[in-house]
Amino acid sequence: MNPVTAEWAGQSAFLLGDEAAAHGAVWAGCNFFGGYPITPASEIAELLARLLPRCNGFYVQMEDEIASLAAVVGAVWSGAKGMTATSGPGFSLMQEHIGYAVMTETPCVIIDVQRSGPSTGQATKPAQGDVMQARWGTHGDHEAIALAPSSVQECFDLTIECFNLAERFRHPVILLMDGEIGHMRENLDFPADASRVELAERVRGSAGEFSFGGAEIPPMLEFGTGCYTHVSGSTHRKDGMRDVSTQSVHDELVRRFYRKIDSHREEIARVESRFMEDAEAVVISYGASARPSLGAVLQAREKGLKVGFLRLVTIWPFPGHVVGNLGSGVRRIFVPEMNLGQLSREIERYVDCPVESVSKIGGVSLTVGEILEPIEAFLATGNVSRTSDEVSN
Amino acid sequence: MPDDRTVSASIPEDFFRDRRHRLHHYLRQEVLPTSFCSGCGCGTVLGAFAQAVDELGLPPEEIVTVTGIGCSSWIPSPYFKADTLHTTHGRPLAFATGVKVMLPRMKVIIIAGDGDIAGIGGNHLIHAARRNIDLSVFMVNNWNYGMTGGQVSPATPVGARTTTTPYRNVEPPLRTAELVAAAGANYVSRWTTYHVFPLTEAMQYAITKKGFSFIEIVSQCPVSYGKLTGLPTGTDFLNLYRDTSIRADRATGLSEEELKDKIVVGKIVERDEEEYVDKLHQVNRELETQDTGEGSR
Repeated sequence: MNPVTAEWAGQSAFLLGDEAAAHGAVWAGCNFFGGYPITPASEIAELLARLLPRCNGFYVQMEDEIASLAAVVGAVWSGAKGMTATSGPGFSLMQEHIGYAVMTETPCVIIDVQRSGPSTGQATKPAQGDVMQARWGTHGDHEAIALAPSSVQECFDLTIECFNLAERFRHPVILLMDGEIGHMRENLDFPADASRVELAERVRGSAGEFSFGGAEIPPMLEFGTGCYTHVSGSTHRKDGMRDVSTQSVHDELVRRFYRKIDSHREEIARVESRFMEDAEAVVISYGASARPSLGAVLQAREKGLKVGFLRLVTIWPFPGHVVGNLGSGVRRIFVPEMNLGQLSREIERYVDCPVESVSKIGGVSLTVGEILEPIEAFLATGNVSRTSDEVSN
Repeated sequence: MPDDRTVSASIPEDFFRDRRHRLHHYLRQEVLPTSFCSGCGCGTVLGAFAQAVDELGLPPEEIVTVTGIGCSSWIPSPYFKADTLHTTHGRPLAFATGVKVMLPRMKVIIIAGDGDIAGIGGNHLIHAARRNIDLSVFMVNNWNYGMTGGQVSPATPVGARTTTTPYRNVEPPLRTAELVAAAGANYVSRWTTYHVFPLTEAMQYAITKKGFSFIEIVSQCPVSYGKLTGLPTGTDFLNLYRDTSIRADRATGLSEEELKDKIVVGKIVERDEEEYVDKLHQVNRELETQDTGEGSR
């Protein structure tokens, strides 16, 4: 029995988002954390340094973030469920091994508690500037899985989901938090007991099976199981042996990486949708910015404005099947985010109506008013009819 | 590809079956022959390694080799048949740390080059040695970046011509073995590919020695390094190693000037400091006793 989950089961606690994510990792069965201190993610490392040894797991503080994710990958091939956590500057350093984890199909979880960049930026201030780095930060063709929590409870729940997606797809999974959610306190309700938490178990193979092909998601032949496993970041055949010159080998391998995510896009990509039935304008947001966004939509609805709310829980793979089917009544989309419009451009690829970026940087979050204002302005000048009640008022 | 194919086509198919080297079964048959250049020292290191494993009676199922990027990383990957983690450039020690923490019963052995271990991965080396984690590192020092065509490396001797020091190298080389000794390793030695038997013995010692073990193996690169330095064959290097190496016990007391251009071989440090992974596991056992003994918290 895990003494940590047993201790917290059924409890409700007033915790930081960072702490909730650390607890989520323990509940997901994480037993290896390789990390390096960085604001605003250090609380994840600090709590796991306390919790993991109590459930016979290991906290290893490495010499940098490159080494942190390297140690995680090594541990995972040695049987661990592994995770690291960082913020922008460290996330930049980790891109090397995110690519290695993609190429070697190593399940692992990377938490990026986003802070204001580029470079050291505003080290203690929140931002959402790593959206595209989470998608395209590492070189070469690849897919990405990234989830964005909007509450402390979600930091816990989605960390568990990240581990499950990582195991299921044998892919690095990013929890794209932001400094605001990470450093915010809210109530976290722990599951009543560990059996209530659904965990995706690793599919392990044995000697004679292939770790790198022959199936959409092949089994893992872990180290120490007598399989003479060969893991390489070079292009490889299904038995793991390097083949860096045959076009079809690379083509087949990298397209499979893409397909194994893309063909499950609709089950991976989750959204929360509200007030969409009659919406003429829609606010699409995620993470910390989704909170004032919902506030703005609620106020708009109180005023009788037909405004819908779509929160992207999954950012990558992009939920294009939802965003691209909002309905013909939607005439404008507003995208509040704490960057200069990174996701709004992605949304433009899927919709016919104009997309308006509501962006704010500088480490201060968007307010309800700042989001509501352009919506009201559009609906006023756009001659959108209000409900009859409101007209009579 | 050399002419081996045409030669072997003219001799009976089972000719080699009965004449295989007795260590041949330690290699992954399907990837042979190796792609090492003519005269390269990597084959010698591979041979010494297989010999060391054989003499120890160590089952390959109990070995994880971890490598970086570069010619010498190919010594175990893919040629030596064991669990193999072929990682990114310079990072094998960081990956190996995760492996060893989770699988302390396995022998985790890193073989990589001077560019990998002392250059881009220098920081990982210092900290793995500082932790005194139970890894065996065999750094194949061929004095250059051979795979990329012979550029200057952190181990290139002063004055050497390389493709990126076309006039002469003005940087002093890193004394990597001494650095690792200072950082806290339990065992450090240096040998060359000329010293095959002491090297094999040192490998055995490093593999069995608890804590961080490091052997710097000075190894020839006639093709990429030798072409510009007047050492065009493997034999030229072996003669150089024979003529310029001096045993560590005979080097003590000699001045820097007297040791200039000498390769000090032999044991550089040996300690019995407590090992890192053991200590991590010890903490966990203590906590387990507390948790079960005193209830939660």
